[in-house]
Amino acid sequence: MSRIAIGLLWVCLLIALVPLGSVIIALVGKGAQFLSWSFLSTLPQLPSLLSLNRIGGVGNAIVATLIIDALAALVAVPIGILVGMYLAESTSPPARILRSIVEIMTGMPSILLGVFAYEYLVVRMKSYSGLAAIVALGILMVPVIAKAAEMAFRAVPQSLREAALALGARESRIMRRVVMPTALPGVTTGVLLALARAVGETAPVLLVVGPTISNLWNLNPLHPMTPMPLLIFGYANSQYPSQRAAAWGVALTLVAMVVILTTTSRLITARMRRERRK
Amino acid sequence: MKTLVPHEVDGSSSDVVERIRRSATSDWPFKLVLRATTAFFGAVVLLFVWSIVHAAWPAITTYGIHLVTGKTWIAGAGPYGALPLIVDTLSTTAIALVFAVPIGIASALALQFQVPLRLRGPVASLIELLAAVPSVVYGLWGIAVMVPFFINTLEPFLNHLTGGAWPFNGPQQGFSILLAGLVLAIMVLPTIVAVSRDVIAIVPDDLIEGALSLGATRGQVYFRVVLPTSRTGLLGAVALGTGRALGETIAVAMVVGSNPQIPHSLFSSGATLASTIAVEFGNAVGTEGSALAALALMLMVITGLVNAGARALSRRAVTR
Repeated sequence: MSRIAIGLLWVCLLIALVPLGSVIIALVGKGAQFLSWSFLSTLPQLPSLLSLNRIGGVGNAIVATLIIDALAALVAVPIGILVGMYLAESTSPPARILRSIVEIMTGMPSILLGVFAYEYLVVRMKSYSGLAAIVALGILMVPVIAKAAEMAFRAVPQSLREAALALGARESRIMRRVVMPTALPGVTTGVLLALARAVGETAPVLLVVGPTISNLWNLNPLHPMTPMPLLIFGYANSQYPSQRAAAWGVALTLVAMVVILTTTSRLITARMRRERRK
Repeated sequence: MKTLVPHEVDGSSSDVVERIRRSATSDWPFKLVLRATTAFFGAVVLLFVWSIVHAAWPAITTYGIHLVTGKTWIAGAGPYGALPLIVDTLSTTAIALVFAVPIGIASALALQFQVPLRLRGPVASLIELLAAVPSVVYGLWGIAVMVPFFINTLEPFLNHLTGGAWPFNGPQQGFSILLAGLVLAIMVLPTIVAVSRDVIAIVPDDLIEGALSLGATRGQVYFRVVLPTSRTGLLGAVALGTGRALGETIAVAMVVGSNPQIPHSLFSSGATLASTIAVEFGNAVGTEGSALAALALMLMVITGLVNAGARALSRRAVTR
């Protein structure tokens, strides 16, 4: 009886790993052939009846992704860290309400932020834009960073703060010179996880950023852009077999970016744990 | 998972810190910056909620309760009745939970008690890798790998096996609430495994050792001691997964078939609240934009409630 139960647990664990295997096989099997410098750096070429297999590269989508996510992080990281700092330092009723708000925002479906960015930016600017995506993704990142930062700041031993206070340091100085350096690995983990999430987000971006397939360079976030997740969405639903195939090349590139971000954050966490044990 | 760490501040020493903080070294510009930033974020969240209510208002005043109870949703022309979308959202989420909850909790048990210590980290990382794959990539995988598999293998097999009985009847087209539910199951699995593991890990060793010393088998310990002891936290894990499944958009939009109807069987195509917003928003004209904002409002209320419930359950599980 007990053996059957334990066998069942193992079977479930194996079943849980099957879809991962299938996704990885499909990604590498169908996507690896596309990876080349020219695919990553040149513009997409639209297939026509005369040259159905013409596909070009995805350089503009990669650049759009980098611009949008870097600017979203530039806004969200300081706000997220300050909010996390406030939540870690304060136990007042408003802090408790804000903590609940931050937690509920972490689970908010991302498409709703797309609707918000559309109503506020696309409607007012009368144009799709990278900026609207930056705002939507920025709001998405803040609660993730704030939550991780709060945890990291709380984990800093109270005795360190007391020692600094006893030496007569001001709060901002304690934060900058004592708490922040100690909590830095935890905060970095949060930032990387938030970035990994933002890089792969499609739903909010789809509503506000621009066409799903574009063959133009655009470095100005005030104009429409086409980041990688959107291009995958466009290619996956395309009528041309060559574009549907190329979707895997873009997907593999995107997954590689996300995995690099999450693995880095995992390595930092593992190192923190080792150091704490010492 | 980080959410399970209790919010503890060391009582005695924090009093001292608080007193010194209010004295000469107190730093009001710094406090002001902290409060202003946090207030700014709070204001943005309020603006976000208000803007969706504001955008949905014309549809709410025009259609009233029919917006929720109406049985037909026709893009562009109306009428806009979200009942099929709500039913599809709940059915895809239910299908996802049917797969993800038992497999997720069993995987957590296996990881915590059965997998050798050296392999535990790598296997857990593999499962968390599932969470790193972007939603749109699952959608692509669904279209390119799962839809052909459904049409050629799974749907004929299930249909044949049951003699075409409900719920395995109807046209076999791949794009279906069953496929959407399956993709959702994969996407919420890492959440359920991670949270369940944290919850199972805090079951006191005394209980487990006590049961073992009384002659209980390993299996009895897992199912009669560990699971009942951690049931509040496990419920929190399930609720957290439910919240994710309800709001997941792009992967579902790509595989569900974008066909707003109340499902006849598992093979029916459908359209969820979130997928409908994603698919129709760009082409919406007239009152449809407002009706879509009303869908967003429904989604916000439903996921907000589920997530608040999940947090409450997780917190209770930790403090008990």
